[in-house]
Amino acid sequence: MRYLTDRKRAEGLGSAKTGTAHFWSMKVSAVALLFLIPLFIFTFGPMLGQPHDAVIAYYSKPFPAIVAVLTLIVGFKHFAEGAQVLIEDYVHGLAQKILIILVICLSYAAAAAGVFAIARIAL
Amino acid sequence: MADVNRGNRPLSPHLTIYRPQLTSVTSILTRITGNALIVAALLIVWWFLAASTSPEAFARADWWITSLLGDVVMALSLWAIWYHTLAGIRHLIWDNAIGLDVPVAEKLGWAVVIGSFVLTLITLIIVA
Repeated sequence: MRYLTDRKRAEGLGSAKTGTAHFWSMKVSAVALLFLIPLFIFTFGPMLGQPHDAVIAYYSKPFPAIVAVLTLIVGFKHFAEGAQVLIEDYVHGLAQKILIILVICLSYAAAAAGVFAIARIAL
Repeated sequence: MADVNRGNRPLSPHLTIYRPQLTSVTSILTRITGNALIVAALLIVWWFLAASTSPEAFARADWWITSLLGDVVMALSLWAIWYHTLAGIRHLIWDNAIGLDVPVAEKLGWAVVIGSFVLTLITLIIVA
């Protein structure tokens, strides 16, 4: 260790010099969700607890169906990126990589399942 | 200068010695609410998938989500989504280097906390 120069010890310990793309991506989805979340709450909310045929009839209409699809796609994208930052803060090494992959795959799968279901109801 | 003893130095204490403050509590709650919302999100996907499958599948999903446990989870998630939304607005404001001084940051913190409960109550009255 003592044979290393001061400069050699300091090298590579600065900022990551990356991450703005991740931040910007989350900011875009955050602004989109600012509009989508209230729309989703007040379209999905009244349907919770309704009988099956009422739910099918309501989600056959374009507006609630499109709001739900957009909320699920943008919401799960925002979740995947946010959960990745959470994992990066608390988990390190191989476990970190595995958890991030699982979170991203879960988000894609859930969004796809939701979009498929709503399309099936609406069409 | 350069630290030869890198690796086994004592860490400076952080979480264990600081008194929780409004700004730190509202910050960690943003993370907790955002990530906890995965539970409600997956329940909602299940609900849509069941509705698109058959009346029997829907009855099963609907029973769980509107059961007492389901009501508690959905009500807590409603508060969580309003909290996370308001906290997100606070971050969008902070991103412009506005409202970062302590008095304003504390006011924004209270706005997020109180606003989240008010919006949850209003939503429950309108929707339920």
